[in-house]
This record gives sequence, structure tokens and C-alpha cells, in this order.
Amino acid sequence: MAEFHEISPNASLGEKTLNWVDNRFPLSKLFKEHMSEYYAPKNFNIWYIFGSLSLLVLVIQIVTGIFLVMHYKPDAALAFASVEYIMRDVPWGWLIRYMHSTGASAFFVLVYLHMFRGLMYGSYRKPRELVWLFGCGIFLALMAEAFMGYLLPWGQMSYWGAQVIVNLFSAIPFIGPDLALLIRGDFVVGDATLNRFFSFHVIAVPLVLLGLVVAHIIALHEVGSNNPDGVEIKATKDANGKPLDGIPFHPYYSVHDIFGVSVFLFVFSAIVFFAPEMGGYFLEYNNFIPADPFQTPLHIAPVWYFTPFYTLLRAVTTELMYVLQACVAVGAVLAVVKGKLPMVFKAGIVGAAVVIIAMMHSIDPKFWGVVAMGGGVVILFFLPWLDNSPVKSIRYRPDWHKYLYALFVVNFLVIGYLGTQPVSDIAGRISQAGTLFYFGFFLLMPWWSRLGTFKPVPSRVTFTPH
Amino acid sequence: MLNMRIIKKLLTGSAIALGLATSALAAGGGVAWDKAPNRISDMGSLQNGAKLFVNYCLNCHSAAFMRYTRLQDIGLTQDQIKNSLLVTDSKIGDTMVASLAPKQATEFFGKNPPDLTVIARSRAGANGTGADYLYTYMRTFYRDDNSPTGWNNLVFPNVGMPHVLWELQGERRAVMDHETHAFKGWEQVTPGSMSAAEYDHAVGDLVNYLQWMAEPAQTTRQIIGAWVLVFLAGLSFLTWRLNKAYWKDIT
Repeated sequence: MAEFHEISPNASLGEKTLNWVDNRFPLSKLFKEHMSEYYAPKNFNIWYIFGSLSLLVLVIQIVTGIFLVMHYKPDAALAFASVEYIMRDVPWGWLIRYMHSTGASAFFVLVYLHMFRGLMYGSYRKPRELVWLFGCGIFLALMAEAFMGYLLPWGQMSYWGAQVIVNLFSAIPFIGPDLALLIRGDFVVGDATLNRFFSFHVIAVPLVLLGLVVAHIIALHEVGSNNPDGVEIKATKDANGKPLDGIPFHPYYSVHDIFGVSVFLFVFSAIVFFAPEMGGYFLEYNNFIPADPFQTPLHIAPVWYFTPFYTLLRAVTTELMYVLQACVAVGAVLAVVKGKLPMVFKAGIVGAAVVIIAMMHSIDPKFWGVVAMGGGVVILFFLPWLDNSPVKSIRYRPDWHKYLYALFVVNFLVIGYLGTQPVSDIAGRISQAGTLFYFGFFLLMPWWSRLGTFKPVPSRVTFTPH
Repeated sequence: MLNMRIIKKLLTGSAIALGLATSALAAGGGVAWDKAPNRISDMGSLQNGAKLFVNYCLNCHSAAFMRYTRLQDIGLTQDQIKNSLLVTDSKIGDTMVASLAPKQATEFFGKNPPDLTVIARSRAGANGTGADYLYTYMRTFYRDDNSPTGWNNLVFPNVGMPHVLWELQGERRAVMDHETHAFKGWEQVTPGSMSAAEYDHAVGDLVNYLQWMAEPAQTTRQIIGAWVLVFLAGLSFLTWRLNKAYWKDIT
């Protein structure tokens, strides 16, 4: 509780106004804490721009979304026409709509890059686990937001994409069919589905998203940012208690971010104005055909940002289940033979492995495909506890770790690409290899992240003035 | 520097992997699409296309999101639209609705002909743009005694639509290879009112109109876009200098 602060009667009107506010609301205090006296490491590189840019895109999505809702009709009979009405008859409607549709894809590009930055520099390691968890929550909410938003234009891809994904839930044993019914509000995707998705897309999920973003930033500002060296700048402070390698966020990183925003907006506008369909990846061609429940498109593919996870789903076949069962068995045997655990735990591991293998054998692979798809996202939440590397940043890890990360990125792009393509024998095999690699990367991380010769981490950040 | 190396490795690695995946999956089949001429800013072509559209397509197909008044964007006056293009009892502020009732159309063709407003955007695919598809489609109808309408099409086999422009193009037969059933060439059965070159040109105009109608704001969009990019390039330069100026003190 701050004391009431009197100001000299000779002060300017601006100072008086600020003082009046500060005595009633911590305006200057908040600005100092989060901007002018928030110390960020001075060695940030280009990878550190994607967080602020994601925030910018969130604002773009909310503002354009508000204007779209003014003209959009959440009604199965009117939705498609209302989108075309926005594109044609609403002044500047085409711009607002393209900004929103391009914004959705841009959001995922930025968030994927932002997450990969965290992966490279170990930004999820102690004490930043909660920053990472809130971030994963944001990613999950974003996926829900995008999925439900994609139904709203009510084109063929909207309709059949939703139909396929919601049907997946019915593969869950016991509750599945009722759960799918609850999500759709009907036995097939229809007007009821459109209405509830609209409600979730414009109210429920954005509220959750905003809450999580605030939590993400508060947690970040509490612990301070990590940096490309993975060095804790708070460990080396000057006489005033300021980190020696830290610089005030404002003005240094605010000018950085303004520059980043300008360049990003240039690229974003180039897409909005010259390639809003982005070759069928941002706006799918089939989605210019109104939804027709009686005509299934030949090839149903989710929008590009879901395709890596869609591949995880499709890769799980009866055959792959045998491989996965073998993996569980080998894992259990290794844990029993190699692990220095009490007998009770070992017995527990064997018991659990037997139960899991039995379940894998008896439940439809379709269900396990859903588990793989969900698991592909959920596993990210566990990253802080999977990584046992003695250093945070990839800079001081053994070289082969870098190649492994490179392989992870290549694999992610390949399974992403395969998710856009129709199934074929070769593609199926590559998808399965990609799926095993994806999960192997994370599940074996507690083991491999410790291996190799690590380089010494400097006590101060490496920085060349520019 | 280390980062740059990693990024480069990642990029080349993924490019190779994607290349391999693409070539492994490249799907063959289907008829190649001819490249539609691009005349999107040619008002004469768009107007001719609009005329063909109203005279031939609008009988059975609607363009239910397209208002007649919007035709002013392609250089027509309100009077011109009213006098020569408003053939149904629609008003100028109305959208383009087919003369044929959907119920009747379903009886005639087995299904209601699709709306054509955004048809050019929906038909794009691996073989080309939607305009390429439509340009090829409208030029590959042929006589087929086995089909209910007496017509068939190379890019849309067993299509429900008869060849509406047959009087212009004349009747043709497709010469197929006896063994592989691959398409070998055309055989003109009866002459049309247009030469082959004139017909291609007319279809080019029609497709040009369909392309424009799918997104009437497209030309405006690109003009505004150019100015936006010029502005943002300038802004990027200024903010880059601003950033440099501030970061001078950081050592």
C-alpha cells in the first residue's frame, strides 16, 4: 500500500494528472515493473521477436474478429453467403476478412517459431516451468480457437474437417459417442454445431486465451527472460541490484520490437494483399464450395497448422500398434533390468506395461490414433521434466544434440507436409517413422539429453555490440 | 553465428526432405489444364465475358452473391446493365439468380447446377488455377452417344451439363486410343459459328469474367497493397534506424 504522495503546486498539468492517477492506481509502478525497469538480457537474437509478434497478431485477430461478427451470420443456411457478403458488399470487408484468415495462419507460424526458440535455448527449464506450461496452454487454446473458427465460413472443408475431427472423439471407449454428440449438438455436424462453435470461437476460448496470455507474461516477468546463452543474468548484479547483463525493456527492446513489427507487417501485408489464399494453404480451394452434407470431398485435409498432428493420428494403424506394444515391452524390461528401483516399483512397472499392452491390443487403433494426436500436443507440457541436460542452451550442448534438433525440425515439417496429402503406401510408412521419431525424441529425452560432452557455460552472456 | 549455421542446416535439410517427400508422392493422372489468358484488367474482355455469362450460364446457374450493380466496376453504366444484361425480372440491386428454378433444374440434370459466384476460386488445384480449369473445361466438350445429355467432357468425365456453347464451337468428337483409351485429338463433326481461335478467345473472356466475379475487389486489393508495402518498407527503414540509434549505448 503506497502512501499518498503530494506534488508541488508548481508542477505541470501532466505531472499533476499522473500523480493523481498514481495515488489511485499503480500506473507508473506497472510501467516501471513491466517496461522501463524490467531488465531483459542484452543478448537477445532474432528468435526473441516472435513472442511480441504473437501478441500483435492476437490483437489483430480480436479487432478484425469484432468487425467480422458485425456482419457474419452463425446460421447454417446463411453463413456461407454472409462471408461472401463481407467479401463483396461490406466496405473494406475483404480486407478485414483476409487479415483474419491470414492472421490465423500467421499466428501459428509465429507460435511454432516461438516454441522452437524455447526448445533451443531451454527456456522451459527451472525456474521457468510455469511460463512454459502457460504457453502450452495458450497453444492448446489456440488450436481449439482455430479449429472452431474454421467451421464458421461453412464451406466444404469447414464442414468435413469438423465432421472428421469430431467423429474422432467417438473412438474413445465408453463415453466417445456421447461426447461426440455433445460436441456436435446433433448426430451430424449441423446448425447446432455451427452455433456452439461460434459461441466458443468468439467468447469462451478468447477469454481463456487472454487469461493465459496475461499469466504467461506475469510469470515471465516474475522470473525474467532466458537468453540464447541460457545464463541467469540475475546471478551477476551491480551495486544497485541491477543485472549487469540486463537492459531496460523500454526503450531498448521496445524499439527492437517496433522494428520487428514493421518487418512482420510488411510480410503479413504482402500475403494479405497479394496472396491471401497462399496457394490453397491459408484459404483452401474446396472451402469456396458451400458445405454439402451429402457430398464428401475426395480428399479431406485439415489446415496446414494441424497437419503434423493429423499425421500422428493417421500413422497409427494395426501394424504400428504392434510396434508400439513392442516399444512398451522393451521400455518396461529396460526399466526393470537397468533401473535402480525398489522391487515394488519394478513390479508396478511390469504390471502397468501388461495392462497397457492388453489395452493396446483390445481397443481399436483409431482410438490410439486419437491418443497419439492429443499426446503429440500434451507431451509438450512435460518438456521441463523430460530434459535432463546439464546446460540450458543448445549453444553449450554436444554437437550431435544440434543435429538431433535439426532432425526434429525436418521431421516436423515432413509429417506436416504428409498431413496435407492423401494416404499412400510410401507416405504411410514415412508417417509412421516420423511418428515414432516425434515421440521418441521426447520420451527418450531424459536419457539422451544427458549424454555427450557439454561445453563450459560462461558466467556472463556473449554479446557483440551492434 | 552458430545460430546462422544451425538455421542454414535446418533449412537445407528440410528442403531436401520435403523435395523427396514431394517427388515420392507426386500424383499422376487427369488431363493437363490449359493456361487461361490473364485479361483481368481488360474491361472490354470482362464486359464481353459478362454478356456471355448472362446469355449462356445464367439460364441454369445462379451467381447468388453477385449483384448486378457491381458490374459498374467493369466499366458498364447502370443503363447498359438494365437494358442489355437484366434479362430476368430482377432489379439492378439484386443478385444474379438463374432463370431456371432449382427444383426444375434438379429434374432436368439430376442435381441443381452449382452457384458460379466463386466457382473460379473453388476449382483451383494441383494442375493450375481455377481459371485454367474452367478454360480447359469449356473447351473440351465432345459428343458422346452413351451419355444422357449426348455430351461428355475431358476434364469432367460424365458431366451432367450439356455443351451450352455448342453453337459457337460446333460439334466435336474425341479421338481416343483404342488400347489405352488415352485422348489423342479432336475431330470436328459440324462447324460452329466461330473459328477455333475465335471460340478460344470468347471462352477466355468468359473465364476472365468468372475470375473477376469470384473476387471483384482483387484489382483494388493489389493496387492498395502496393501502396501499403511502400509505406511499410519506409517504416521498416525508419524503425531500423531508430533501433540502431538507441542500441549505440549498449556495449
